[in-house]
Amino acid sequence: MFKYFVKKALVSVLTLWIVATATFALMHMVPGGPFLAEKTPSAATLAALKEKYGLDQPIHIQYKNYFVKLFRGDMGPSLKQRGREVNDIISTGFKVSARVGGLAVLLAICVGVPLGSLAAFNRGKWLDSVILIFSTTGIAVPSFVTATVLMMIFSVKFNLLPTYGLTSWKHYIMPVMSLAFYPSSYISRLTRSSMLEVMGQDYIRTARAKGLPKSRVIFKHALRNALLPVITYLGPLLAYTLTGSFVVEKIFTVPGLGNHFISSIINRDYTMIMGTTIFLATLIIVMNLIVDIVYKIVDPRIDLK
Amino acid sequence: MSNRRNLLSFQLDVSDFLPADRSEKESLVLMRKSVGFWRDGINRLRKNKVAMVSFFIIILTLIFAFIGPAVYPYSYEQQIRGNENLAPMKYSEMEMEKKAAGEFVFPHFLGTDNLGRDTTVRIMMGSRISLLVGIIASFLVLLIGSVYGSVSGYIGGKTDMIMMQIVDVIYAIPDILIIIILMVSLKYPLQNIANEVPGFEWINTIGVGLICIFIVFSLLYWVGMARIVRSQILSLKEQEYITAARALGAGDARIIGKHLLTNSIGTLIVTTTLQIPSAIFTESFLSFIGIGVSAPMPSLGSMASAAIGGISTYPYRLLAPAVMISIIILTFNLFGDGLRDAFDPKLKN
Repeated sequence: MFKYFVKKALVSVLTLWIVATATFALMHMVPGGPFLAEKTPSAATLAALKEKYGLDQPIHIQYKNYFVKLFRGDMGPSLKQRGREVNDIISTGFKVSARVGGLAVLLAICVGVPLGSLAAFNRGKWLDSVILIFSTTGIAVPSFVTATVLMMIFSVKFNLLPTYGLTSWKHYIMPVMSLAFYPSSYISRLTRSSMLEVMGQDYIRTARAKGLPKSRVIFKHALRNALLPVITYLGPLLAYTLTGSFVVEKIFTVPGLGNHFISSIINRDYTMIMGTTIFLATLIIVMNLIVDIVYKIVDPRIDLK
Repeated sequence: MSNRRNLLSFQLDVSDFLPADRSEKESLVLMRKSVGFWRDGINRLRKNKVAMVSFFIIILTLIFAFIGPAVYPYSYEQQIRGNENLAPMKYSEMEMEKKAAGEFVFPHFLGTDNLGRDTTVRIMMGSRISLLVGIIASFLVLLIGSVYGSVSGYIGGKTDMIMMQIVDVIYAIPDILIIIILMVSLKYPLQNIANEVPGFEWINTIGVGLICIFIVFSLLYWVGMARIVRSQILSLKEQEYITAARALGAGDARIIGKHLLTNSIGTLIVTTTLQIPSAIFTESFLSFIGIGVSAPMPSLGSMASAAIGGISTYPYRLLAPAVMISIIILTFNLFGDGLRDAFDPKLKN
């Protein structure tokens, strides 16, 4: 068990390093620089700017400097948003995105698991078909479609909900719903199929045969085992949803982290690109590690090797 | 048999030794017609109504996307002055005059956009792009993934361990971010190659954006396929017929290509089909954020993105590409599910 985690941690560090290096190399391959997008500065200004941020040095020196700083936990200043540190921008954005994303994941679980279980218990009946239609649509509709359709209904047609910003609880409704649509459908499909599999197992028949009430069989015996695939899915889902979705944040003008992922690349804001990539990659890897541990706790049958 | 006179007699019955007539022979030869792998799967698929309806819609979409623009009177980049911002089935003043003069004017079923381009034909071209991306990207993924996975699984041991470690690393990479960075950084070198290196002009006819998408998808998405193929090969290579093939002197390449991969064909087909909608999904996302296929070539994602600004005035402009993309993804998903049930029931989880 301990050996397993040491190995896993080593692989994670290796993965992170590969991602960071690849990103570093790729972003320097892109023509144009962070200072070119505005009104073209004079050659002298450009040189001064480059010197200030250390961009005049050869690329391997820049690489070394960046990683030395990174080890101290400093991601450097943003090249585009002057006077702000990358650490600062990420933490501000992440707080907003994590709140919206956390609610969305919560909603997805609260909708997906009961729907999936209901579908499994009513297999082949009309309720199953209705839920199946919902979940199949959910995984076929991209989030920008969900978001804009919601906006058309609630804001444009009935004028019930505000379309931009994040100042009251009302502002959360549409972003959270559009973020949660896909995962809740996916979770409901996962729960349904694994619930069906679990319900056919011998230990469920045993539990029934010894006269346990149906609710106890479902919650204590079936659901706990059926949730394993859902837990696997939750790891990466949490990582991606908490860091914010570019599409949803753009449509509802949420000041979250998702926006920075794309804008930093388009602006060639090198330190921001590195910062956001490393942040997201770390989060995904850590989440996957947590999933492994939780797996072990929920299902002692699993032998981690 | 019962024509023996004495029931207790051991005397043999002559009729038991008569040559069998034809009907008796036939009944022994064939109990049931033997059904091959393909027939069996297709029969099962035919019974699946949802999958058949999806298949029918996929065919319709293919016709709509690949033949539609050729017979449609407008073209996707044609900007007609005075036709800007028409609602569905409406005519501009200029066209009204033409109609009044007795000429036939082809209707704009879904209206026109702010540059006077017909939306219907743009949707057709957008669907064509989406389908091309989905099908070609999945094919590339199939090619890379199955070769990698089968080699890894077949050789086994240390090689397998290292190869799978590489897969694990790529699997852990945040795909969307790397895709975006790759898309942006590949664009310029590719553009240069297309413009300067002779023999590579074809890149421009397909479009740099599309080529980027193919490269990026095949770089990142083969890992899932490789894992599935590897696990198939691992179980298949222990089968007796592989030992037999080896005993007969077949080489490794032949065993992999002729015996192992052909026997996991069901899994390969199913996984590839289910890869198509996910590739289309990602493509629409990329076009939506503005780094997919380049203008004037329309994509369903970029059309939806362009429509968001005027959502309160022209909601149908968003609805059309949104519905189209959902239909494409939905039908491929459902058809893929049907294929899985028909050809590879084991894969169902």
